[in-house]
Amino acid sequence: MIEIAHVSKTYADTVVVRDVSLRIPRGGVTSIIGPNGAGKSTLLSLVSRLLPMTAGTVTVDGLDVTQTPSDILAKRLSILRQENRVTSRLTVRDLVEFGRYPYSKGRLTAEDRAHAARAIGFLGLEALADRYLDELSGGQRQRAYVAMVLCQDTDYALFDEPLNNLDMKHAVGMMKLLRRAADDLGKTVVLVLHDINFASCYSDTIIAMRDGAVLHHGTPQEIMTRDVIRDIYDMDVEIQDVRGYRISSYYI
Amino acid sequence: MKRLLLATFAILALALISLLIGASSVSLSSLLLFREEQGTAQVLLASRLPRTLALILAGSSLAVAGMIMQLLTQNRYVEPTTAGTAESASLGLLAVTLLAPDVPVIGKMLVAAAFALAGTALFLRILKLVPLRSPLIVPLVGIVLGGIIGAVANFFAYRFNLMQSLNAWTNGDFSSVLRGRYELLWVGFALMILAYLAADRLTLAGMGRDFTTNLGLKYRRIVAFGLVVVSMVTATIVVSVGMMYFLGLIVPNVVSLLVGDSTRRALPWVAMMGAGLVLVCDIVGRVVYYPYEIPIGTIMGIVGSALFLILLFKGRGRFA
Repeated sequence: MIEIAHVSKTYADTVVVRDVSLRIPRGGVTSIIGPNGAGKSTLLSLVSRLLPMTAGTVTVDGLDVTQTPSDILAKRLSILRQENRVTSRLTVRDLVEFGRYPYSKGRLTAEDRAHAARAIGFLGLEALADRYLDELSGGQRQRAYVAMVLCQDTDYALFDEPLNNLDMKHAVGMMKLLRRAADDLGKTVVLVLHDINFASCYSDTIIAMRDGAVLHHGTPQEIMTRDVIRDIYDMDVEIQDVRGYRISSYYI
Repeated sequence: MKRLLLATFAILALALISLLIGASSVSLSSLLLFREEQGTAQVLLASRLPRTLALILAGSSLAVAGMIMQLLTQNRYVEPTTAGTAESASLGLLAVTLLAPDVPVIGKMLVAAAFALAGTALFLRILKLVPLRSPLIVPLVGIVLGGIIGAVANFFAYRFNLMQSLNAWTNGDFSSVLRGRYELLWVGFALMILAYLAADRLTLAGMGRDFTTNLGLKYRRIVAFGLVVVSMVTATIVVSVGMMYFLGLIVPNVVSLLVGDSTRRALPWVAMMGAGLVLVCDIVGRVVYYPYEIPIGTIMGIVGSALFLILLFKGRGRFA
């Protein structure tokens, strides 16, 4: 379980995350939604110790993320940030194998290589494994990063906007894959998503943020209502039931 | 692996040529048979061999330093001469020469390294404050900073009649390398091996702070390690043979195109090609105006800028 207690993040005099307390249970897919500037990405960075918090504590299975040695945490929790401006010319395989670094410290065993091969297969990247990252399309590169994170094989995997750069088909494919990572591999997947319909269809829990605070927290059924969405986005949308899922149409 | 072996042979061949040419003739047969011809062994051991070794050591370690800087700044245009590192090292050496002339050469090198470290740290600090709209801004900032530091050094060198020394430090020249006066360069060799041992960590740092932290490593520690290596290498070169421009820029970029950026794979290539390029430039400098010499810094400036232009045009998509 990820336990977030009274966490705040302040820059000079702007509060980005305001006294957030949450429990993200083990297993399943949790999505964080909310308008731009709600503090979703910052919260994810605080949980994964990429940013120091101003106040509060975060524990992952009882380990305080600011106190626990980083290399121990790296076997429990992984994060993929939104912007990955990797300028290095690495092959997909190089990148994915780096996911094993917390275990191998650079000396890859046969087991590490098997892990990497599985992750590459899971993302359907076999044919691209020996290509350089800078020769791939944005979507292919995104899949390579996700493969690296899965190769890290942590109980908790955090993704900040994993659908970035993906077209319709690959976005759906990615969500199905993350769902499978939760259902078949037993991972706890936490996502920041922009598209509330993806959150609705593929999550077990949705956390809605606004102005640095958590506004709503519940199942897709509870969050995907006209009133709640208006509350979060200041927008009137229609919610429809499509094959048992709640879909909002907000385009017109 | 096979290609690397081939490259090793090429370097050895270049080294052999480098041993054979010069004002006093050393023939291949005397080298092979090691006949005690009058003076030949003396020339070989006291001057030729040190020079060839110095070329190999300086070329490889400087190229590796450039590679490390490019990883740490995530920018392909950065090397010790485009980040204020080389100029800071010269300033440090000038300071110690003026204030404590009796310090042994190793002490001078350490002072120069400390200045280089401070100058490079300042460079990284400025980069954090400047909005980086284009990757080209990074080396421009470095060149401006280097210019300022270089101007300070020039001012004091001029006032204290040390312009000639300053010139020697900033323009590489191997013609005065003798036994007993190049050994400091082995420090650069040792640092190169250290960098190889930390290859994966350097590669990770090249992917940025978040990647590094996610995999459980301390980004700042890797950056600090890299900066120390770069500063020490730069200092050993400034102190013993003088700086060479473009080397640390071109070699890592060529290697990146050939074998990619995984440091573990690329570092031996960078070292090899760095040594090769310096050997070639030195041989050219000794041959074109025989029996006089053109300093390698000058040759490297010409060859280097030409190669750099080719790289810029060929790799346009990647560089811009």
